[in-house]
Amino acid sequence: MTDTQSPAPLMEVRNLSKSYRVGGGHRLVAVDGISLSVMPGEMLGLVGESGCGKSTLGRCMLRLTDISAGQVMFEGRDITTLPERRLRPLRPRMQMVFQDSSACLNPRRRIGDLLAEPLRVHPGPDQRRRQAADIERRVRDLMELVSLPVAALTRYPHEFSGGQRQRINIARALALSPRLVVADEPVSALDVSVQAQIVNLFSDLRTRLGLTYVFVAHDLAVVRQVSTRVAVMYLGAIVEMGATDDVLHQPAHPYTAALTTAVPRPVVGATPPPPLGGDIPSPVNRPAGCRFHTRCPYVQDRCRMEAPVLRPIRPGHEAACHFPLPPS
Amino acid sequence: MCSLTHGCVMPADPTIPLLDVSDLCVSFPAGGRMVPIVEHVSFTLPEAGILGLVGESGSGKSVTAMAIMGLIDTPGVRVSGSVRFRGRELVGLPPRQIRRLRGRDIAMIFQDPMTAFTPVYTIGWQIDEQIRAHERISRTQARARTVRILGEMGVPDPERMARRYPHQLSGGLRQRAMIAMALSCNPTLLIADEPTTALDVTVQAQILDLIRSLRGTYGSSVLLITHDMGVVAQTCDSTLVLYSGRVAETGPSDRVFSHPGHPYTAALLDSIPPLYGPRPDRLPAIAGAPPVPMARPPGCAFGPRCAHVHAACTTTPPALLPLGPDHEAACVLPAEGTPLPPRTAADWPIDTIGDACP
Amino acid sequence: MTALLHRAGQTLLVLFGVSVLVFGVFFATPGADPTARIAGRNASPQIMEKVRHEYGFDRPLPVQYVIMMKKLFITRDLASYANRGERVVPEIMQAAPVTACLVCGAAFIWVTMSIAMGTVAAAMKDTWVDRGLMMLGLVGISIPVFWLGEVANLVTQNRYHDTWLFSWVPGLGYVPFSQSPLGWFRALVIPWTVLAVMFIGIYSRVLRTDLVTLAGEDFIRTAHAKGLSPIRVLLWHGLRTSMVTFVSLFGMDFAQLVGGGALLTEVVFGLPGVGRLTYRALTTLDLPVIMATVMYSAVFVVLANAAVDVIYVFLDPRVRDAS
Repeated sequence: MTDTQSPAPLMEVRNLSKSYRVGGGHRLVAVDGISLSVMPGEMLGLVGESGCGKSTLGRCMLRLTDISAGQVMFEGRDITTLPERRLRPLRPRMQMVFQDSSACLNPRRRIGDLLAEPLRVHPGPDQRRRQAADIERRVRDLMELVSLPVAALTRYPHEFSGGQRQRINIARALALSPRLVVADEPVSALDVSVQAQIVNLFSDLRTRLGLTYVFVAHDLAVVRQVSTRVAVMYLGAIVEMGATDDVLHQPAHPYTAALTTAVPRPVVGATPPPPLGGDIPSPVNRPAGCRFHTRCPYVQDRCRMEAPVLRPIRPGHEAACHFPLPPS
Repeated sequence: MCSLTHGCVMPADPTIPLLDVSDLCVSFPAGGRMVPIVEHVSFTLPEAGILGLVGESGSGKSVTAMAIMGLIDTPGVRVSGSVRFRGRELVGLPPRQIRRLRGRDIAMIFQDPMTAFTPVYTIGWQIDEQIRAHERISRTQARARTVRILGEMGVPDPERMARRYPHQLSGGLRQRAMIAMALSCNPTLLIADEPTTALDVTVQAQILDLIRSLRGTYGSSVLLITHDMGVVAQTCDSTLVLYSGRVAETGPSDRVFSHPGHPYTAALLDSIPPLYGPRPDRLPAIAGAPPVPMARPPGCAFGPRCAHVHAACTTTPPALLPLGPDHEAACVLPAEGTPLPPRTAADWPIDTIGDACP
Repeated sequence: MTALLHRAGQTLLVLFGVSVLVFGVFFATPGADPTARIAGRNASPQIMEKVRHEYGFDRPLPVQYVIMMKKLFITRDLASYANRGERVVPEIMQAAPVTACLVCGAAFIWVTMSIAMGTVAAAMKDTWVDRGLMMLGLVGISIPVFWLGEVANLVTQNRYHDTWLFSWVPGLGYVPFSQSPLGWFRALVIPWTVLAVMFIGIYSRVLRTDLVTLAGEDFIRTAHAKGLSPIRVLLWHGLRTSMVTFVSLFGMDFAQLVGGGALLTEVVFGLPGVGRLTYRALTTLDLPVIMATVMYSAVFVVLANAAVDVIYVFLDPRVRDAS
């Protein structure tokens, strides 16, 4: 196993599509033929506005929803059509953290119980049922890992603040020592001061446990803080992907540029640039050609006819644009 | 035609601020006692000014706005202090009179434009309704004004949009329609409670742009309530930071952001991940969480989370002390001769912000 | 348009399902020979043979079903067991207007009363008016309709009939509207009220809860912020939105009553409606009549359901777009 040149991706998605039937015989294409790979130890940020399909993509990766077309590979193995029974042994290695910290925790169960549950359900690394003492030790370790007092194990979810509940959710996702964690807007429901704590926790856990993250968020600054690479999504497709600061500071796609300039910065005096016009089109009725052409300030005739594909712009930087912006 | 019985307010007097809130306290009954949610909040908003009310959830910012509008109707609630609108006291005003002000002189927009419109009526109907509640004009005239103002708020094809139902519009258009409704009677004060929180960032930029333009086109003052320091910095002339129902700091936005006087303001600014400049390994987060209103510490409410906490902070809540022109902070540090350092350009490198578009 | 056709197709399918089910229960139950029942107790073998042939009881079940449906809907000559020779379909057609009059009147009373009570209670939430009205509603729900009917009869027909208060009350029974509108009204006003009481209780409580929940909604807060009067907010924004729930509840109750659900009221007040017909058929195990009334009832429930869907489209623009 000498994969020093090109390590195998932990998670790979090929031509993945996910569509839903909606009223009137229409189809809502939430994810439209996306291909990407996540390397071990990488932190991939998926950013975009509502309806861009970033959450759906995250769920498809973990097979939490059915896939309409394409392939999902985890640890080099095709899991696209794996039945749930054969998927179960893989579940401990891929976990999800959701946005709403309170909705994911059964309000009538103690924290200790909630954390022990996945350990009781899934066998240990030796394929045997875990011993009660092992479970207890692991639960205590988890509490320490997310900086919560062990004494809190006997309390109920409602006794915690939003930030603490999100710590519990993270602890639960980590209970089975996953390799891949998909976090869907894990900090967007939190206040700024608490959000920073959880963002730090994600960074700390990565260094301590060597985790691989897919971090789904709409907040560019948060994504920048936690990701090594970002993929910017618009209407079901990736429009730009590359190293975080490269993409955010030298965007090649006009949408990424508009997204970064639209973020209000806590600096007085900086005149905000003119905002991007128009609304995000409905994913049911997507524009032809480039999906961004209805709002793009640099739109050309070609953009209305021909859909651009994701192609390398610079080393390690891809964009789906016929006329990529030059580096500034 | 302006008589007191019609609730008309006097023409603008430059010496009287448009809105003068002083010592506003709001307590709600809970568990057999009164819990103070908002304590001794004071501020003024001049004509055509934009004031940002920032705070985290539970800081009392929305309750303050609701109290100004007289919209708190929880049984047993206690509102004290004074809210003067163009010199006229609103606290304790009979419901009938404050109702005449609502929507006409003071309008309000809310966070989620989806749920803020009644789902069963068209947008146009709802705007007409507000106009006709305050002015004796015909349905046709009201609709004409509705269409005009929708157009002015950047709603495309306003005549057709007026006939649409709320769910048929996108989030951005709904918020524009909401602002159009708020401005339909040409109010002098617009209270915007988290107007962009439910919106996407590119749409948020459009709405903030619209709000900033209001004072120029309508001469409206805006009280902008938000949790987002970025939104405040880009939109407001002055800033009021609330923490746990009390004023932590207030002042002109540029002063508050460049020379924060309260450790909470400084820590809040520090904890925002930077989009530009060097990326810190860890964000300077504020430990812990804000206290619940029933269990505020006796001293400074921020004390338990403050890096500079010492004995003087733990006995009584610190009073607001002046730091500069119109700039005050409720912290003992400046008086003790150890004010917080100003934030340097390195914290927020402005030079790299340049327009990324060619 | 396609949605409407779709809806119609669905309705027909449901009706077919109900008819098969009812047919199965009444005629295809093993052990019960329907021939003997239709022909009567002491029928001669010839008559038995004739009936068996006429109804196709000597043929396979699907054929029997088709014959039964034909007798019900096309030739309409399905005859009763108990009153031999009495045709079932005309009997129902005669009873239907009585039930319709009873239910429509009661519905009018309960809708107006419950809207008034629910709205007033919601407007005066947590005052003694609210508590009093809701307590009254609860009492209304708890009183069994047959008991209330009997008490009403006892009071108006018997105990106090000769006093000035109730001397106008006619004897039990029904007076057709075409015969005497005033008599019709007099005969029905007490049954209306009795039937409406329980529904007033249910509907006013449901409406109050709905309005109180709505009061916490953002759009109600917006309406207040617009400077509208509290009454206008309650009626135009609260009540109007509540109507969506109200109508769906009403549609189902109304349909099942018209379909024969007002049985107890009809029996107590001697009104010759569909309910009483069903009641009599049940006591004599008159299968063709039961079959016909159940089908009749099913038709109403299904049609009312479809009607509610149509009204929904008018009441809630969100439904309009979803379909």
